[in-house]
Amino acid sequence: MFEIVETRPLARGIKLFVIKAPRIARKQRPGQFVIVRLDECGERIPLTIADADPKAGTVTIVVQAIGKTTMLLSMLEAGDSILDVVGPLGRPSEIEKFGTTVVVSGSVGTAMAYPTARELKRAGNKVISIVGARSKDLLVLEDEVRAVSDETYVVTDDGSYGQKGLVTDKLKELVDAGGVNYVLAIGPVPMMRAVANLTGPKQIKTIVSLNSIMVDGTGMCGGCRVLVNNSSQFACVDGPDFDATQVNFEVLTQRNNMYREQERASIERLQADPEAELKKLRESNRAHACALEPVEVSHD
Amino acid sequence: MTDKVPSNNPLPNKERIKLPRQRVPEQDAQVRAHNFCEVNLGFPAEQARQESLRCIECPKPGCVDKCPVSVNVRAVIDLILAGDYLGAASKVREDNALPAITGRVCPVEDQCESGCVLGKKGEPVGIAYLERFVADWERETGQFGSPVSAPATGKKVGLIGSGPASLACAGDLIQMGHQVHVFEALHELGGVLVYGIPAFRLPKDIVRHEINVLRRRGVVFETNVVVGKTVTIDELMQEEGFDAIFVATGAGLPKFLKVPGEHFNGVYSANEFLTRVNLMRAYLFPQYDEPLYPCKDRDVIVVGGGNTAMDAVRSALRLGAKTASIYYRRTEKEMPARVEEVHHAKDEGVHFEMLVNPVEFFGDEKGNLTSVKCIRQELGEPDDSGRRSPVPIKGSEFVVPCSVAIIAAGTSANPLIQSTTPGLAVTKRGYISASDDTLATSKPGVFAGGDIVTGGATVILAMGAGRKAAKSINEYLMGAPKVNAQEQATSAVSGD
Repeated sequence: MFEIVETRPLARGIKLFVIKAPRIARKQRPGQFVIVRLDECGERIPLTIADADPKAGTVTIVVQAIGKTTMLLSMLEAGDSILDVVGPLGRPSEIEKFGTTVVVSGSVGTAMAYPTARELKRAGNKVISIVGARSKDLLVLEDEVRAVSDETYVVTDDGSYGQKGLVTDKLKELVDAGGVNYVLAIGPVPMMRAVANLTGPKQIKTIVSLNSIMVDGTGMCGGCRVLVNNSSQFACVDGPDFDATQVNFEVLTQRNNMYREQERASIERLQADPEAELKKLRESNRAHACALEPVEVSHD
Repeated sequence: MTDKVPSNNPLPNKERIKLPRQRVPEQDAQVRAHNFCEVNLGFPAEQARQESLRCIECPKPGCVDKCPVSVNVRAVIDLILAGDYLGAASKVREDNALPAITGRVCPVEDQCESGCVLGKKGEPVGIAYLERFVADWERETGQFGSPVSAPATGKKVGLIGSGPASLACAGDLIQMGHQVHVFEALHELGGVLVYGIPAFRLPKDIVRHEINVLRRRGVVFETNVVVGKTVTIDELMQEEGFDAIFVATGAGLPKFLKVPGEHFNGVYSANEFLTRVNLMRAYLFPQYDEPLYPCKDRDVIVVGGGNTAMDAVRSALRLGAKTASIYYRRTEKEMPARVEEVHHAKDEGVHFEMLVNPVEFFGDEKGNLTSVKCIRQELGEPDDSGRRSPVPIKGSEFVVPCSVAIIAAGTSANPLIQSTTPGLAVTKRGYISASDDTLATSKPGVFAGGDIVTGGATVILAMGAGRKAAKSINEYLMGAPKVNAQEQATSAVSGD
């Protein structure tokens, strides 16, 4: 059982959670993720670690409510518990002195890119951040990103804040001006693909963090496999970071849509009575916490 | 084992050998093909007695020799005949920490029952059914034939993984008086017993019961710890005070066929398919959240001929598949699956396509699997596993429509522990190198066994390794000179 010690809404539908997980807090490095399972009936989903405090024994995750599990998770508050949190999983991001680096992030991806940007800065790189969102109310962690970046550009699709346009518009300006040695892109698949198409032909080292569907997260199931350089790679153990120019984004998109119908059905069930689902989760986890032996569940 | 014990069998041998083998009651094939309830219903007490009467009490019992954990079968059967079922259960537990499990999943035709002298002319004694009977009787009556533990030694042993090797090792180590702490990467304990073997073959409450028995005996379990990621073996030994470690992390990474189109939606590794169905209970969606690519009213093929393939294909059938087929590259004779599983699959309506191998998968514009191209094969010379290797027949390709394809073509070593543990030698195929005799690795205090040493094998072989490791770890901890870090960790035998 993993206790939520703090929550903070960051933007519309995006919420930050600080979770007590001492073993993970001690070992995690930027770019790694955890897998969570909310309760006895929950699915396992990967979430990137946004920050950690080894002394306090906590890890921070930032969650956008887009599926059943993330919606239900977003209803939880400090004092609630998550049944299972395991990690840190995946390879940490590669941190070296590259020179001038551009960190491109879209929406909730900013929370995932932030710890790597911070480490890139610590390693002596010049860090230019391009933070994108559809509109101002979906923008997260702008202050934190600014604090670790030499330059920060905010871009919104609708122009409600910062520059109007796409993150790739700004990236193109920087790339055309020359001198960019390294690009990290984390965000929606179309955004990462657009970044790869822009920087690939210029021979700029470009890394993307892939959000495949996972189950165990340790290489055991192969569900997260992606086509990289035309060969099958497991995002959970070979990634999640990959060379953007080698990734087959079309297959990634198709595989991420594999359970779309079931996901829709789950969301509808949750939305029919969210309070009941929340109550069920709390009761189930309370029963687990009190039980000396795992709770017997009926599977018929 | 060979000393004369008074027998509770009233019949002379010539009467015993005339008795027919008892048939175990089963759920009707047409009914069970649509549910996840257990197929075998087990012997009632009278049938257990009837079957026990068949044992002719060999002075040198072949059944014991053929058992990887040397269960004293003859003594167990005699206790059943005496009506002392609890005593029989304790007798089994002296050698086997998980009798309710092995009684269900052991490949008995290659083990105990292959050693039964009755099998030479007729049918062997149904040893596994008897083992299962006493274990079930113990559980269902709420009793427990617990062996007595030795006084506490103050030594602490960490077991990595909670599958059969680890559980067997935990049972022996706790009895020897050591502290035992089991680390599991997943959220549920049992390893392959919960993520791999389906409920219709091994109900999950039985696994949970065996684990709770170990917990009551003092074993500590910690889930959600991926050793190598969450904590390393060096940290466990240097910072958390573990005196010895047993690595039993299982087989690991699924093998794909490496043919075009394996990325299409609907192509699964058997590991993923079974993990979703068993561990995550996707067959109970939407009551459980984990989704599964739909099998209902669709054509499902499973590539492979082992127990994992049988588990996958029978699960697909229960999920409502229109057709559920086994595609195997050799013939039925070479299939490594338990004979009983193959029979069950056939009775339930699984289709078997022998001597075929997929060469390409095809999908639609959405990336969903639509069909598979296969090639027919014939058997050539025996390969290094001793089985005749299949050779493709030129021009024999054919295309079959299918929506789900499950690849059960084996596994390879997961490098997680090996790559994060300095000083731990591995074989050329990436498995952990451990001494055949002691299961000691190249790293002092670290032992390894089960599939992470041998490659994919069986539950009972893993349990045998767990018991062997417990014995060596005990000798290592208690200062017996034999088991110090051996210099040359010999190469492990690799399974298939």
